[in-house]
Amino acid sequence: MTRRINKAYWIGFMVILALLIVAPLVLPEFWRRFLTEVLIWGLLAMSSDLLIGYTGMISFGHSAFFGLGMYGAAGALLLVSPPNLWLAIGLGLIGAAGAALFVAYFSTRLRDIYFAITTLIFSQIFYVIIFTWTAVTGGENGLIFTRPRLLIPLIYSAKFTSSTLHWFVLALVTVSYLILRRITQSPFGMVLQSIRENEARTRAIGYPVERYKVVAVMLSGLFAGLAGVLYAIQNQFAAPDFVYFLTSGDTVIFNVMGGIGTLVGPIVGAGFFQLMRELLSRLFGDEFPYLIPLGIIFVMMIIFLPQGLLGFMRRWLNR
Amino acid sequence: MHAVIDLFQGGRLDLLLIQTVNGIVAGMILALVASGLTLIFGIMDVVNFAHGELFMLGAYVGVIVIVATGNFWLALVISSLAIAILGAALQIVTLRPLIGRDPLNTILATFGISLVLQNYALWQFGPVARKVPEPITAHFKLFYLEYPWYRLVIAGLSAAIIGSFWLFLKNSKYGIWIRATTQDRVMAQAMGIPVPWVYTAVFAIGAGMAAASGVLFAPLVGVTHTMGLDWVLKAFIVVVVGGMGSLGGSIAAAILISLLESYASIWVDPSQAVIVSFVVLILTLLFRPTGLFAPTAK
Repeated sequence: MTRRINKAYWIGFMVILALLIVAPLVLPEFWRRFLTEVLIWGLLAMSSDLLIGYTGMISFGHSAFFGLGMYGAAGALLLVSPPNLWLAIGLGLIGAAGAALFVAYFSTRLRDIYFAITTLIFSQIFYVIIFTWTAVTGGENGLIFTRPRLLIPLIYSAKFTSSTLHWFVLALVTVSYLILRRITQSPFGMVLQSIRENEARTRAIGYPVERYKVVAVMLSGLFAGLAGVLYAIQNQFAAPDFVYFLTSGDTVIFNVMGGIGTLVGPIVGAGFFQLMRELLSRLFGDEFPYLIPLGIIFVMMIIFLPQGLLGFMRRWLNR
Repeated sequence: MHAVIDLFQGGRLDLLLIQTVNGIVAGMILALVASGLTLIFGIMDVVNFAHGELFMLGAYVGVIVIVATGNFWLALVISSLAIAILGAALQIVTLRPLIGRDPLNTILATFGISLVLQNYALWQFGPVARKVPEPITAHFKLFYLEYPWYRLVIAGLSAAIIGSFWLFLKNSKYGIWIRATTQDRVMAQAMGIPVPWVYTAVFAIGAGMAAASGVLFAPLVGVTHTMGLDWVLKAFIVVVVGGMGSLGGSIAAAILISLLESYASIWVDPSQAVIVSFVVLILTLLFRPTGLFAPTAK
């Protein structure tokens, strides 16, 4: 029984992956870019799902990890010439890991709502530092840099086109998804889920709950940082706006809309959100405050559809 | 470093005193915002993310009434009432269905509300800050400064609002209902207290207090649609440092943090002085995660 369901899952996975691979060949430039961006936001949301959906901790501070990944990549691309893709990813991840270590150390002491508030406040610390430390971060203007070449050592080196960028992002997001899925199914992931279900009991059994939480925040921060690096490479700039609270808020919205605890849901949520946004601003003009209807949909989903769009397949996706 | 030496040689002692007054004034406004937040949390277990937006909308309603009537005090009353009604409506529509669910749902719901309210304000009032004239223009001499009386009036009024609210909680029938609900909501319900309506009333009172502080604060820096987030963040810090759900703790923490921030802004830019309150928060979390002013035994 389990094997058959598993097979259906992998067939579904392959079909969607194949569609995403073919997509840039058929889509016009705008939608190609759009899809790549949705994948990046999806990766960010997926990273936070490890906390929201699997450990039961709502992070309102993912912008810090995303932003530090972004600025880390920017640093590597600006300081080293010629700019190197893998160095950017490396430095971005180090930046995000640093932020994650800081946030994890302090905020995992607290639970539930307190955790949510402290992650928010910590991300705001990073925002203030980046915003005011103009000499290094460029302050309000941010940093602008050129995109590195797509470099796979010894095999391939070429300028990024929008298609190869899409495939590159897709590859990293897919690998991240598989790793995250593996993590959530590992004994470690099971402990996280047991923390979500009953923290006191998990502690009573003898698991060092705090240590598990710190590692969960660190892992989540690393993947969020990767999303930041990819976003920086795609858009060729790093700006303090992305470290601001709104990015964290969007991440939470993607999760809730798509369905927490599914890993795929957050990507769907990101796609749904961005699509609605695009649709609304096409229908009513760029000035239209798209967050009003989207915010109302968000609140209604919390009340009437707390499982999110993909919640109905939650069990199946985690099998 | 030079500034510090100057300060203690007496040359800048006046500056220190001025900043003390500034800190206390800011602290009283912050205490008014934070006490609404802590009240809602203590009674309903709801972290009201939209509290800052209620503060901001309160200020905007104040601006509208002032433009229409020219009377600041009327604006203060009308705005508090209007936002209290809005708060009650929001509570009934969005939070009441969530009673009994994981409290994390309520933080998400109020976050959604805050997005809607903030973007509504941006859409309705535009991105340009609105200026509000001070209702009391008299000044008195504080060392080399002409210090506006209005700021002291704000501090006094905030204290009066918090104080009368405290008396209401302590002595009136409805105050006792609220306190009973805080202590044991099941038993309160069994005794015939309409708990859902107590929740709605508490949310409305908290919203009204946020709106009142918004109107009082408006003449100092002007009203923008983004002011809510700054204040809700500060209020969150205050509430965590003061001990969640403790009214006295929140007031003490609000004054402490505002004083530290205004001392810090003697030496650094005000936008960086915010970091001081972050540091206070971190130290609190490290050494007394239940809050600085919370009672030790629970």
